[in-house]
Amino acid sequence: MADTPLADRTDAVCVIGAGGSGLAAVKSLREHGFAVDCYERETSVGGAWNWRHDRSPVSSGTHLISSRPLTEFPDFPMPDSWPDYPRHSQVLSYLERYAAHFGLREHIWFGTEVVAATPVGDGRWDVTTRSTGGGAERTQRYAAVVAANGHNWSPKPVTLEGADDFRGRILPASAYKDPAQLRGRKVLVIGGGNTGCDIAVEAAQHAAAVWHSTRRGYWYAPKFVLGRPADQINALARRWRLPLRLRQWLYHRTVRLTVGDVTRFGLAAPDHRPYESHPLVNSQLIYYVGHGRITPVADVARLEAFAVTLTDGMRVEPDLIVTATGYLPRFEFLAPQLLDMDDDGRPDLHLHAFARRHPTLAVIGLVQSDGGLFPLAHWQSVAVARWLRLRIADPARAGAVQQKESQRPIASWSRTRTVPSSRHWFEVSFVDYLRALGELIDRLEPA
Amino acid sequence: MNPIRFDDWTAPVPAVRREVLSVLPEEETDRPPVLFVPGLGHGAWAFAEHWLAHAAERGYPAHSVSPRDRGDLRAQVHDVVQVAVSLPRQVVLVGHGAGARVVARVLARYPARAAVLAAPLLDGRAALGAALRANPAGTLPALVGGRLRVNRRQLFGPGMPAERADAYLGRLVHPGARMQRQLAGRDASPAPVGDPPVLVVGSPDDRVVPRASLDRAAVRHGGAPLLFPGMGHDLMLDTGWTEPLDAILDWLDKELGG
Repeated sequence: MADTPLADRTDAVCVIGAGGSGLAAVKSLREHGFAVDCYERETSVGGAWNWRHDRSPVSSGTHLISSRPLTEFPDFPMPDSWPDYPRHSQVLSYLERYAAHFGLREHIWFGTEVVAATPVGDGRWDVTTRSTGGGAERTQRYAAVVAANGHNWSPKPVTLEGADDFRGRILPASAYKDPAQLRGRKVLVIGGGNTGCDIAVEAAQHAAAVWHSTRRGYWYAPKFVLGRPADQINALARRWRLPLRLRQWLYHRTVRLTVGDVTRFGLAAPDHRPYESHPLVNSQLIYYVGHGRITPVADVARLEAFAVTLTDGMRVEPDLIVTATGYLPRFEFLAPQLLDMDDDGRPDLHLHAFARRHPTLAVIGLVQSDGGLFPLAHWQSVAVARWLRLRIADPARAGAVQQKESQRPIASWSRTRTVPSSRHWFEVSFVDYLRALGELIDRLEPA
Repeated sequence: MNPIRFDDWTAPVPAVRREVLSVLPEEETDRPPVLFVPGLGHGAWAFAEHWLAHAAERGYPAHSVSPRDRGDLRAQVHDVVQVAVSLPRQVVLVGHGAGARVVARVLARYPARAAVLAAPLLDGRAALGAALRANPAGTLPALVGGRLRVNRRQLFGPGMPAERADAYLGRLVHPGARMQRQLAGRDASPAPVGDPPVLVVGSPDDRVVPRASLDRAAVRHGGAPLLFPGMGHDLMLDTGWTEPLDAILDWLDKELGG
């Protein structure tokens, strides 16, 4: 129930979330002349990268897995004196400086969460907000809604058979903050994503025993190849316009030469080609496997009071299980059909950003790539701001652009061949995706 | 708009220690920082002589950055962007001579609060022609990769005491053959991002940047150049240095106030 009468914010745009993606959206919309109200449920910027936030997945040892040049905002580079892979606290200070530098804070309402965003028919939106955790609700009308609420905060529900019988502790990866939680424990890490690998490595350094359970074999890319960050070498292959097949072969050769045959270490062989899954970047996992500090094991079959049985019949006896099984996107404030969600909760958006049937609804940052997220969020934000501006300035041309965009083949910007898993719903190629965004941005240029 | 930045992704400019000179206003103001970018052969010192202190007196936190030793255009653009984003607020960029060429490239990448191109060396060919006429002996070696030398009359107006002029000339360094070569062409930087207001200032008596080049630069940014007759190329060192700076700051006051 609205406690105050509806306030019309006329041409203002509502941005939801003040993490990296939300900040990029606020900045771009302001640059394009829009008034902006950004709502942030926490009391500070930084989103997932702010370890003080209760939804933040970072732990004390988190570092970037894409290198600085492929991770920074293109118009606000990170200090070149920073290491190739900065630490999470550096990323947070970077986002704080970005917000201060461009004067974004004055447009952000902190400690305010969005309860609902509802279309009112003419392309405008009623957005209901309240103080985080309760309090009076307030509804305001906006010209557009840009959701930047992140997609790495709501852990994918995991069902472990016999979990109720297990006497040890089960810890979701999002609740893992510090290696002290692992010290002296016998730890089973479930999940072969980057988070699962990072935690397995930290466990290897601190825990008494470590088992790492994965469902399939992966390509473990080292963080450095030929003395350079691996993603920069990958970008070089793109620069030389090598076709995908050749890059897959090169990737295969490089991994073979640097990491070697992982099955020798007891790891499963990859069941897919390179570039068909989200890249795993971890130089230390295999090192610790090779030192006997991590024992790779199969998928979990069921839990008992003091033991876990794996699908290959092996039994292990951990007293702590860390589940790093990924996250699912959640948009509690939007009706599912607004984002064309399917029954699994997978949104269907043009370029993973534009709602197909609601031209004034966009999502920023709902992508994963073989590079960093901030450059993608930046160019998405430029595209969204330009799109909203063109809609006002020249509706006829905006319609023509929309028509043209609807013919853009999905394979040109999305990875269509990936391992079928919710982890790859939003997987794109950094370079192909940016090319598509660049084209769209040019089309949206004011005449 | 091209989001593909292979240069930065595959061969990032190596980090160096940068020389930045700063003069801050005595009391904190809400005015944006101004970053001055020196031209060919000059360093941050060229602005520290007069302009930094005067800008700070008028309430603008004033900084200037020296180009890295033998850095090319790309490295200089990188350095200026690095310094700009290290400052607490969106900066106003003021580039002089070849520094304006750097600023023009920076604008295509960093959304400045505003920008000033002072005696901008955007058209290398025209500048080369002017230099050959004014000082053939100093210019010819540059054509074959040698160091470009300038004389008193190229940089300063007739009112400049010879002693001081020579002292300044003595501080100029060789920018490197690569940078000289890159400047010989015409500026082809893409449109600025973030649509900043841009002002062009110069002198009709500049013997480095011809009047026609000033007009072209101004037209590109939608205006006419502000002219200071009687001054040489080095607006920030010549005897009348207060006039162009006050005009720039007046313009800024107006642009930022509105």
